[in-house]
Amino acid sequence: MQLSISLLEITRAIDSWLNSIFHPHVAFGIELVLAGVAVILLVVAMAVLMVYAERKLAGFMQMRLGPMRVGKYGSMQAIADVMKLLLKECLVPTNSDKMMFKLAPFVVTVVSFMTIVPIAFARGIQLWDINIGVFYITAVSSLSVIGILMAGWSSNNKYSLLGAMRSGAQIVSYELSGGLALIVVVMMSGTLSISGIVQAQADGWWVIKGHIPVIIAFVTFIITSTAELNRAPFDLAEAESELTAGYHTEYSGMQFAMFFLSEYTNMFVLSMVAATVFLGGWMPFHIAGLEGFNHFMDYIPGIVWFFGKTFFILFLIVWFRWTFPRLRIDQLLKLEWKYLLPVSIINVLFAAFIALMGWYL
Amino acid sequence: MNSIYQYFRAIWYGFSSLWKGMMLTGHYLVHPKKILTEQYPENRDTLYIPDRFQGEVVLPHDENNEHLCTGCTICEMNCPNGSIKIITQQVVTPEGKKKKELDKWVYHLGLCTFCGQCIDACPQDAIKMSNAFEHSVYDRKVLTKVLNQPGSKLKSAKK
Amino acid sequence: METKDIKRDEFVINVGPQHPSTHGVLRLELWLDGEDIIDSKPHLGYIHRGIEKMSEALGYKQFIYLTSRMDYLSAHMNNQACSLAIEKGLQVEAPPRAQVIRVLMAELSRLASHQLWWGALGLDLGAVSPFFYAFREREMILEIFEETCGSRLTMNYITPGGVVNDLHPDFVKKVKKLIEQLKGNLHEYDQLLTGNAILQARTRGVGKLTAEDAISLGCTGPVARASGVKCDVRKLHPYDGYDKVDFEEVLNDKGDNFARYWLRIAEMEQSIRIIEQLIDNIPEGSYREKLKGVVKLPAGEYYQRVETARGELGVYIVSDGKKEPYRVRFRTPNFSNLNALRPMLKGAKIGDMVSMMATLDLIIPDIDR
Ligand code: SF4
Ligand code: SF4
Repeated sequence: MQLSISLLEITRAIDSWLNSIFHPHVAFGIELVLAGVAVILLVVAMAVLMVYAERKLAGFMQMRLGPMRVGKYGSMQAIADVMKLLLKECLVPTNSDKMMFKLAPFVVTVVSFMTIVPIAFARGIQLWDINIGVFYITAVSSLSVIGILMAGWSSNNKYSLLGAMRSGAQIVSYELSGGLALIVVVMMSGTLSISGIVQAQADGWWVIKGHIPVIIAFVTFIITSTAELNRAPFDLAEAESELTAGYHTEYSGMQFAMFFLSEYTNMFVLSMVAATVFLGGWMPFHIAGLEGFNHFMDYIPGIVWFFGKTFFILFLIVWFRWTFPRLRIDQLLKLEWKYLLPVSIINVLFAAFIALMGWYL
Repeated sequence: MNSIYQYFRAIWYGFSSLWKGMMLTGHYLVHPKKILTEQYPENRDTLYIPDRFQGEVVLPHDENNEHLCTGCTICEMNCPNGSIKIITQQVVTPEGKKKKELDKWVYHLGLCTFCGQCIDACPQDAIKMSNAFEHSVYDRKVLTKVLNQPGSKLKSAKK
Repeated sequence: METKDIKRDEFVINVGPQHPSTHGVLRLELWLDGEDIIDSKPHLGYIHRGIEKMSEALGYKQFIYLTSRMDYLSAHMNNQACSLAIEKGLQVEAPPRAQVIRVLMAELSRLASHQLWWGALGLDLGAVSPFFYAFREREMILEIFEETCGSRLTMNYITPGGVVNDLHPDFVKKVKKLIEQLKGNLHEYDQLLTGNAILQARTRGVGKLTAEDAISLGCTGPVARASGVKCDVRKLHPYDGYDKVDFEEVLNDKGDNFARYWLRIAEMEQSIRIIEQLIDNIPEGSYREKLKGVVKLPAGEYYQRVETARGELGVYIVSDGKKEPYRVRFRTPNFSNLNALRPMLKGAKIGDMVSMMATLDLIIPDIDR
């Protein structure tokens, strides 16, 4: 608990210090810039870390060592890759819609950065405690499909177009059950705000105290978020053996890197959302009645809890990716409309009943 | 009723089969001992190259700088790629007889497919394959080699 | 195929010649309506090396090395076919030891080839890990080849009159170890892919090929056998002592992608069975019938077929008595198996194209030669 409080104190201290020197408006502006820089640094650092971790994990799963050359145990590999992409030329195809082609990676990246805003990393470490946090995240993250469609359409490449259309169909359908899965928890905690949902889990995480509906919702959410991320087994939009690279076939250099970055950012954000909504965010693991145990758990700082849970979900997604073959587009849509959606709807009914009766642990 | 049963059975089958696959990758994830990667340039010393490995044609010389090649050009005729060129010269032996002798055993490594037919065909077993496999060079000219060492001669008839 | 007019809503994409799922340089022209394939047209010739023509300029012993480069995964079997044809012409027979060695090598390369197919199938369907699991045992097989034959892929080991070298002293030991490990690991194949719900959905009922189609298109090998056509040359026209070993010709009558998948896995088990029978019973004796330095076939025509990992390979040699063949013609299995793609692809999805290509197990250099 100490560290998270001190983190809160640090932010408070910076805030009051800035306010004491500058005009409040200027101070607010500086804070925004600071926060933006912090977010970008965090996301880029996380993306680099995740690329490295994923490659290592994939290597171990396949009886390989993964990257070993750059740095000790290949630890600088991801950074070297970023450098390489930065140094490469950004090619623009001749007959493409140049403006849209160049804009698309920015749209995708900006959207994925925007989704970070309402996430609570630890007590008080939150950019904007908006009271419709969950709604905001689902709404904004669905915008990324626009960027993908722009990329696919403007490349003037049939592979890209097919990939973008697949991605559009996929994201639009999977959002439904993803949203329904979130609604289960929203109903139970009675609030849309992220901090409210985290607070509601102070005495137990939703997966534990929410009975079967939340578990079903959790599984559905993991499946749908994998699908929304266009990752295997739902990576049809960039299925390399079918569409070479899908919607970003024509992109190179930093433009490609931005798609890559946004994929990893989205992955990161959706894992954070899953960790917040279902696994209690930065709340430590508590068992009602065991005071000593609970106290001990409190000593682990909230930020560690939060990232621990996030990485657990990230690990699951990576694990899926390196195990499963890919679905076909009609099977993908069948999975959503025939299985996930009906199950989620019934699940919401159940959850509503439980929420009405107040049957939590 | 049956269709509902089928519906849930499909869900169950899907989950259980996927879980099985995940168990396998998970198993290898936690068993780093089973990793097969060989760190190539570092493990040069411990590398296992079978002694029959066909890396490059060589013409072995003994300590007296003598080889076995008589310059009969059978290997040249047997090479499907024309990677061998045997250049012979006429020499006069001390007894005053004229004799054909090997002058240059030219080997184009860049053309060779390591099929081993020259070795198979050589009546004297004069040539063999070495295990060298790191053939990359910066200059293509290096790939054309003369295999007989300067000053080498034919090993005098089998003693 | 005649070129068609492209209607509204239809469009054409070129899959290949540089495409991850064509495993080489095959170019497929696909007419699409959205995700649905209306028609397809393969374009060949991107890796044509003129092996048949080159063979006419080389001696009988020499041209065999070229055939390793046709279906490079069945290099031993290709060499075997040519050697057998030449032996027919010379009226010699390989000594018993050489015959057993040939069968062992052929079955080992069948195993290696099917393993590569399995890994590549996983890769095509989007799962990367199978590739590495399959390559673990394949690597052992290649090491065995390397020890005995001197190289790993294009061995040029089987030659008219026998085999080039005797077996390496470690051969028997290593093969036994391989068989043991393979038997322990084959269930991993099932665990990771065969039982997988996604794989089942991708392959069952997709890419149907009826027995009639298979026969009329000239399909052979696992592709035809998965449609219920008996066509195993090892059974029908035994060569090199295949009639003395006990194995089954695996058949399946479904004819879909999964049938072909299942059949290859079952064939691996049969190959293991053959190797197990022979590995302890390699006869002693010479491994090579010494032939003359320059082989000349009496004028005439010679034909020999063998079963490679992908089907029936026929070698047809016309000799006019000179030291080079007058004409060499190969009837390669992949060329005919590729024909099956067009009827299968009609009405399928793009994703199906990948799984069909994967289960047909096409090797493009074998198509073009
Ligand atoms: S290497 Fe052998 S075959 Fe070639 S020229 Fe010398 S003796 Fe003749
Ligand atoms: S190995 Fe084959 S290609 Fe190389 S020189 Fe000998 S015969 Fe020619």
